[in-house]
Amino acid sequence: MTLVSIIGFVLIIVGLWGMLTQSNIIKIIIGFSIIDTGIHLLIVSIGYIKGKTAPIIDNSIVKADAVNQVVDPIPSALVLTAIVIGLAVTALMLVYAVNLYQRKQSLDINDFEELKW
Amino acid sequence: MVKRFLILLVLIFFVIMLMPLVSDIQPQTELNPLAEKYVKDGPDELGSANLVTSVIVTYRGLDTLGEVAVLFIATAGVGFMLRRRKDSKLNPQKKRESSEILQTGTALLTPLIFLFGIYIFLHGHLTPGGGFQGGVVIASAVLLSLLSYPQAEVNHKILNAIKSLSGAFYILIGVLGLYLAAGFLDNRILPLGDFGHLFSAGAIPVIYSLIGLKVGSELVGILDSMQRSDS
Amino acid sequence: MINVIIIVLGILMIASAFMAIYMRSLLSSIIAAGVISLLASIIYLLLAAPDVAMMEAAIGSGLTTVVFLYALSKVKNSGEDNHG
Repeated sequence: MTLVSIIGFVLIIVGLWGMLTQSNIIKIIIGFSIIDTGIHLLIVSIGYIKGKTAPIIDNSIVKADAVNQVVDPIPSALVLTAIVIGLAVTALMLVYAVNLYQRKQSLDINDFEELKW
Repeated sequence: MVKRFLILLVLIFFVIMLMPLVSDIQPQTELNPLAEKYVKDGPDELGSANLVTSVIVTYRGLDTLGEVAVLFIATAGVGFMLRRRKDSKLNPQKKRESSEILQTGTALLTPLIFLFGIYIFLHGHLTPGGGFQGGVVIASAVLLSLLSYPQAEVNHKILNAIKSLSGAFYILIGVLGLYLAAGFLDNRILPLGDFGHLFSAGAIPVIYSLIGLKVGSELVGILDSMQRSDS
Repeated sequence: MINVIIIVLGILMIASAFMAIYMRSLLSSIIAAGVISLLASIIYLLLAAPDVAMMEAAIGSGLTTVVFLYALSKVKNSGEDNHG
């Protein structure tokens, strides 16, 4: 258990708490983006190795000895693409929220009860 | 109050479920075997100094293609949901002109930000950054002009042409790798060149530039459709 | 030293997460959500992932905030009586 993974974990839980307790749709989407950030922190913290540097080979790193000097590049690559997708999905959710607002003039999730039983 | 209690119960359940996942993360001292292979073989095999770039563009190139496809679908969804209805144009709101300071600053800054974005994705194999970051920087340059000239319209023909052509060429280069090199999205269809120079690393700069154009135009599409449909 | 910086940043992030959830005005919660991403980008830089740091600084605190603000302006424009 590392320090950053604890921060990411707490952010996931806080975001989930926000999503479940708030009734404003925009607040729910904000909670979703907090969860997003927490998961990204969690994944990046897996690849970190104490005292090593970024996986970019330049003058300060010997190419033959790079294995002992750089951190894991795979989690970085994973998170990099996930952030862009996160933005696109957030935009899609917001557009749905705007559409719902135009239909009922309300952002309260309790006003939408067509699928409730 | 029952609802609060249930929510708390759900959260405790989640914490118990996720706790082993987090507590298993130990501080590492050395790379795991897969990462070790990428770090050891990557520079000589693909010629890219930035190892994150070589993982994104070549080793996990198929994943990146999937991510770009997801981005495309999400943008199409945003554009579809916010399409301008004909009847809602009865009383078009007069948008406020921005101040002259903002307009002059935008005229000065936009070309520079564009240039910076292009620099970022052309040097993706040498320095931190790459197609995704460069595309986002270009989108923020367009955002600046959208904010200071609210009446201006993005040219949709050019935008759609960039979107479709960059996506098509991305797949075309991937297919070329099947015939000229080892497999789909292999970057060795072009000579590897000298390690650490701009024209090196085979097709990585080309592929990353195409990804940059694709991501930039998709994000501009999202911003444009969210800005113009004022209902 | 790095641990101290990370602890401070983490406390700030969790505080702004609670602010983002419990602020009365939506504008303030959107700005607080942007602050979380900005602080996260500093942590990525400390974790030796500069690529991710660039991405998070540009997208998380830049474009995501703007997209949220566009949506908020659309929601606020049509009716002032029913803001939540």
